[in-house]
Amino acid sequence: MSVLVFIEISEGTVKKTSLEAVSYASGIDSAVTAIAFGQADEAALQSAGAAGATKILHVSDAKYNEGNIQAYASAIAKAAANESADTVVLANSSLGDPVAARLAIKMNASLASQVVELPDTSNGFTVKRSIYTGKAFAHVDLTEGKRVIGIKKNAASIKEDGGTATIEAFTPDDQAGDFKVKILSQEKATGDVLLPEAEIVVSGGRGLKGPENWGMIEDLAKTLGAATACSKPVSDMDWRPHHEHVGQTGIKVAPSLYIAVGISGAIQHLAGVNASKVIVVINKDEEAPFFKAADYGIVGDAFEVVPKLTEALKAINS
Amino acid sequence: MKILVCITHVPDTTSKIAFTDNNTQFDKTGVQYIIGPYDDYALARAVELKEQSSGTITVINVGEAETEPTLRKALAIGADDAIRVNAAPKDSFFVANQIAAIAKEGNYDLIMMGRESIDFNSGVVHGMVAELLGIPCLSPVMTLDIDGTTAKMTREIEGGKESLEAELPLVLGCQEPIAEWKIPNMRGIMTARSKPLHVVEPSDDSARTKLNNYELPAAKGAVKMIDANNVSELVDLLKNEAKVI
Repeated sequence: MSVLVFIEISEGTVKKTSLEAVSYASGIDSAVTAIAFGQADEAALQSAGAAGATKILHVSDAKYNEGNIQAYASAIAKAAANESADTVVLANSSLGDPVAARLAIKMNASLASQVVELPDTSNGFTVKRSIYTGKAFAHVDLTEGKRVIGIKKNAASIKEDGGTATIEAFTPDDQAGDFKVKILSQEKATGDVLLPEAEIVVSGGRGLKGPENWGMIEDLAKTLGAATACSKPVSDMDWRPHHEHVGQTGIKVAPSLYIAVGISGAIQHLAGVNASKVIVVINKDEEAPFFKAADYGIVGDAFEVVPKLTEALKAINS
Repeated sequence: MKILVCITHVPDTTSKIAFTDNNTQFDKTGVQYIIGPYDDYALARAVELKEQSSGTITVINVGEAETEPTLRKALAIGADDAIRVNAAPKDSFFVANQIAAIAKEGNYDLIMMGRESIDFNSGVVHGMVAELLGIPCLSPVMTLDIDGTTAKMTREIEGGKESLEAELPLVLGCQEPIAEWKIPNMRGIMTARSKPLHVVEPSDDSARTKLNNYELPAAKGAVKMIDANNVSELVDLLKNEAKVI
């Protein structure tokens, strides 16, 4: 048995969720091969070695920089065949999920997505996965001889005591038709913490009254090294961009700490945050349903509490 | 233009999730079923495209007879006909196989669905259908315009979005703000009753996973309230008790 992990590169570094996938894979088998596409130097790639990869296949052809789904799926299928890998692991993401879907068909593999724990291999291959947007779990047997596993954030903690991986250049076979989709342009908020990757998220709702009041949310986020997020009404009113919308129909986050400011906590919002380890709710309405889902709560005016909280955090950091 | 829109029949987003029979069956008691919210966006955009340039919309669901009211609602919103593949969905692969089989016969220009179902959240059926058909798939698509045989789209990526262009046929997983949800009007509801709803048997019975049982998450402990005038206590708790900062 051998495990192959698809790792995503973002701005020259291996994404944290991909390192989790590598460490997850090393819990299945000690020989873990990773495959990466795009520009990254050796030191960056070796973060996957530390996380548990023994070999890294690197596709450096610039044609593969942009995240072309079909081309990635073909390349990973070829790598899995070369490495005799019966299991492919990847982190759930807007790139990982569509790649996983195509790959599972190419490999005639069982597919499980949103997996939250290492598999139980005592009798077959059974995974625990999140369903109903985090409201429940299912235990699923992967019945085929090959399998593709998409893991949810926090399914494994990142190991740092792995060794140095062998890095090999990998050349995919270009399949006719794999480059039919033209990527015209990409717009990315640079320098900010990526929301699905963030360890701490500071989120604002309608209680903030308008986009002009987001400065204090950004200040608090900056102090904590956090990503900013918002509720659905806020993105619907265009106070904040859609890629910050957290909830049932938006991004699902799983940070260590989620701080909700001026968000009442409708069930659809909770569905996007219920995988967070610790939830802090700041709301002036003591009846806000969010308090029932929180670990810590403050009933108070956000415009007073948030700046005070930022100051108190700055005080302990200095 | 011929559009196939795939519809999931799922519990309303406010449903309380519970299980019966030793956690092996989903408890349907008191649960309202709806068109999957993301599928609803896909259907709404399909109706707009049809209004702009004519064509037909077929909706498809893989499910037992209980899903027919959901398909009728899709007909009321603006689809022309419906197909129900008569089988309880076993897994993503099973569903993708049924859709691909229907799609091969129908020669659709566009196959649209939500980015994910809200029951299993895998977000893979569109990609599987596309791979089975050997055509591109894009998801989550936030805007879609058709110019002749070319689709222009924006897709959400982490921390932003990208603009894309591809030739039809395509499979798309959709999300807001691709269109506003459409509420069926009285005329739509009346005409939906007489629109064709074809029931077909599954083309292939194979699945690649088997669901054993369900589990509910552990109950959350009680919230600890902190006085608004004492935020340093919160900082202390986050640092020393929760150990998250």
